[in-house]
Amino acid sequence: MSTQTSFVTPAARLQAYASTADLAVSPPSARKASDRVRQAAASRDLRSEPGPIRFIIIALALSFLTIFVVLPLVVVFASAFSKGINAYFAALAEPEALSAIKLTLLVAAISVSLNLVFGVIAAWAIAKFDFTGKTFLITLIDLPFSVSPVISGLVFVLLFGAQGYWGTWLQANNIHILFAVPGIALATIFVTFPFVARSLIPLMQEQGTQEEEAAISLGASGLQTFFRVTLPNIKWGLLYGVLLCNARAMGEFGAVSVVSGHIRGETNTMPLLVEILYNEYQFVASFAIASLLAMLALITLVVKTVLEQRLDEGQTPEGRSE
Amino acid sequence: MTIEVKNIVKKFGSFAALDNVDLKVGKGELLALLGPSGSGKTTLLRIIAGLDWPDAGEVTIDGEDALGHGASERHVGFVFQHYALFRHMTVFENVAFGLRVQPRAVRKDEATIRARVKELLDLVQLDWLANRYPSQLSGGQRQRIALARALAIEPRILLLDEPFGALDAKVRKELRQWLRSLHSEIHVTSIFVTHDQEEALEVANRVVVMDKGRIEQIGTPGDVYDNPATAFVHGFIGESIVLPVEVAGGSVRLGGRPLNIAADGAASGASKLFVRRHDMQIGPAGTGSLEGAVRHVRSFGPIQRAEIALSGGEGKTVIEIDAPRDRELQAGEIISLQPRRYRIFAVQE
Amino acid sequence: MGLTLTWLSVIILIPLAGLFLKTLELSPIQFWEILTSRRTLNALKISFGLSFAAACVNLVMGTIIVWALVRYRFPGRRLFDAIVDIPFALPTAVAGVALTQLFAQKGWLGAPLAELGIKVAFTPIGIFIAMVFIGIPFVVRTVQPVLIDLDPEIEEAAASLGANRWHTVFRVIMPSLIPALLTGFALAFARAVGEYGSVIFIAGNLPNVSEIAPLLIVIRLSEFRYADATAIAVVMLLASFVIIFAVNRLQRWAQTRIPAH
Repeated sequence: MSTQTSFVTPAARLQAYASTADLAVSPPSARKASDRVRQAAASRDLRSEPGPIRFIIIALALSFLTIFVVLPLVVVFASAFSKGINAYFAALAEPEALSAIKLTLLVAAISVSLNLVFGVIAAWAIAKFDFTGKTFLITLIDLPFSVSPVISGLVFVLLFGAQGYWGTWLQANNIHILFAVPGIALATIFVTFPFVARSLIPLMQEQGTQEEEAAISLGASGLQTFFRVTLPNIKWGLLYGVLLCNARAMGEFGAVSVVSGHIRGETNTMPLLVEILYNEYQFVASFAIASLLAMLALITLVVKTVLEQRLDEGQTPEGRSE
Repeated sequence: MTIEVKNIVKKFGSFAALDNVDLKVGKGELLALLGPSGSGKTTLLRIIAGLDWPDAGEVTIDGEDALGHGASERHVGFVFQHYALFRHMTVFENVAFGLRVQPRAVRKDEATIRARVKELLDLVQLDWLANRYPSQLSGGQRQRIALARALAIEPRILLLDEPFGALDAKVRKELRQWLRSLHSEIHVTSIFVTHDQEEALEVANRVVVMDKGRIEQIGTPGDVYDNPATAFVHGFIGESIVLPVEVAGGSVRLGGRPLNIAADGAASGASKLFVRRHDMQIGPAGTGSLEGAVRHVRSFGPIQRAEIALSGGEGKTVIEIDAPRDRELQAGEIISLQPRRYRIFAVQE
Repeated sequence: MGLTLTWLSVIILIPLAGLFLKTLELSPIQFWEILTSRRTLNALKISFGLSFAAACVNLVMGTIIVWALVRYRFPGRRLFDAIVDIPFALPTAVAGVALTQLFAQKGWLGAPLAELGIKVAFTPIGIFIAMVFIGIPFVVRTVQPVLIDLDPEIEEAAASLGANRWHTVFRVIMPSLIPALLTGFALAFARAVGEYGSVIFIAGNLPNVSEIAPLLIVIRLSEFRYADATAIAVVMLLASFVIIFAVNRLQRWAQTRIPAH
């Protein structure tokens, strides 16, 4: 995608657009010669459609994206600032808001670091070794992606809830998992598990085992090989996985909602607080929190784009073919 | 069907891919466009097909202006180097495609289409592959299917872009002969692009040699080989010995030493002497224009190939000659050389 | 290795096993009764039906968006390309409140629609809108790379064989995209079925009318009717297994039929 436009100047792009939308009008003089040039120009790019159809397709695509994607995003910020900047910051300074932000950061820190460690190991095991049950393992890793977040929360309720398998035992020993930080963290880990492993597996498979074998044949130990050869090779992919994992961990709603118990000031993460405030018609406060999450999403997108370019470059060291 | 190309200019940015090209192709010809990569041969072919458009000039097919029509209206069969078969269709459907997308008014009924496809698959001897997908075929088979597909629309002319370029050497040789015999069978005016001189000389009945967006020479294979019109053609086709010479008043000098050959009307100034490897007459030392020491001899088949270090002149010039084996050369031997046939071209700035 | 498997078991396998064990506590008759109760049935119908409709819209609009992004050059193209990912990146609760605000009766889009007599927020249409929002990146991002990698020569070949643009697009290009289109469709559908956060705000959540299955699970949990929640969850889980399986088969089919050259 990006490779195709990278060397096109903005002016050239505008010009291309003008001809795309049939905006370039040439005077209808010089009969025969210009007739043919015009005809030729019309069918010049045989891999494209006639001007009006192009225009309609672009218009449809852009209006759809604007209505369904851009507007909701704009609404978040417009509503957050609808009562002015002071109201916005006042809403964020509420103790409830601060405690939600703290909890969200804590949960994200726990789940990202655990998933980082185990994601790398899982990806390593899958990419570099052959063993029975490998397909099963991959399916298992993918599972949280395809399960409804509500179900992801439900499974933990069934285990740790009052009527759950271990509920009575936990209660007797006064251990709080459900409706407390451990439950929220567990549900978040479950939901975000695939990100790190999934972004590393293809990368590690592509790189193969030759470099590691070379390192070991040169006398490096297993750990040295990992930290000096494997890790540097996957650093961008790893960062990519961590980035997406973090975004999802901070933004997860369904699963967390089921296990949190919604105890105000204690077990509400930012997305849960957005819900509560919205249902209480505290729109400015709700959208103020939402705007923080939206900004997180936007920053994530920007960094992700940059990382994707890095990853592309890493895969074709000889440079772009186009 | 005839093709006429007049004053075609095509630029990609500031690079002139085609610089004022004129070409006439007669009915039933099998013409080769031969040149190194970047010579503009593929661009010319694509312009004739309607896949590219010139910045200026005219293309007529059968006297009819072709530039007024897009590729889909020109009835030109085009065969791509990488086959461009439709991968989601069977071989049969690939060949039938051109018949199925005809305007309703002229579209044949299903039975006729089936019969025609069968006929074409027979023609390329691959009727037994009709229900396979392209991914299940070898390269040579794919290219034959691509050809059958192009022929299905009964094209006025057939254009082939490096048709054998993606195949390995053995399959290439087979398909060359096959294409020539196919052409003599169906006789459709055909142009094929190649960078392989052997392919061009062996298959085509006329060869167009191109370089840097210009046509250097048009002629029969014999013509372009024996009477190269330009230094480029002499150098590109066949293997030549090239020596830097000076022409002055009818005499030719190499490194200041006059050679015993006529200037043949070549203009005075810095020039290049072209001699085919097998056109060097070998004699005992002191009998020819050039003299040198044999450095190395390899013999195979009817010829011996010798590396000769020419004596005289500044620096050491080493040339390779092909000689018949009636007189075995020895390494270290001093011999004389006399060009039997040669051409002199002025050095262009 | 062993550690990884242990961790995976703790985090993924045991909880899921717990879900199925819980189901086994139900007799088949109980299970059937829960699933065929009017409210459950309606919730499942709403979730699957609207998800299917939304995935269809995503299929069509996703194709149009991919076409515009890949084939045409226009100002802001790269920006819009990036924007496609927003439904992926935006936390679902944020998307939910934003869509509700937008389509509420006094919202930017809700107000003009209300004048036309169309009520979106707190109706099934609202659910459908949220599902369209959440699903669009799936179609775009699965089809986009395939369209980019499509060999330009096959279009030239089609044209030289006399095909007009219409034929080239619908007989040559689209069939080559079918595996990717179906994959995108299935992924969008699966996501919409399980979606919770972006839907519940705009849904209205009226039992039998605008109550989605995931919400019913949450409601049953809050009523401590774990068995009911589990039964619904199992059905949805099986549905997503079927979809993953279908997607995997699709990918394999695409590879055998159209391998990279």
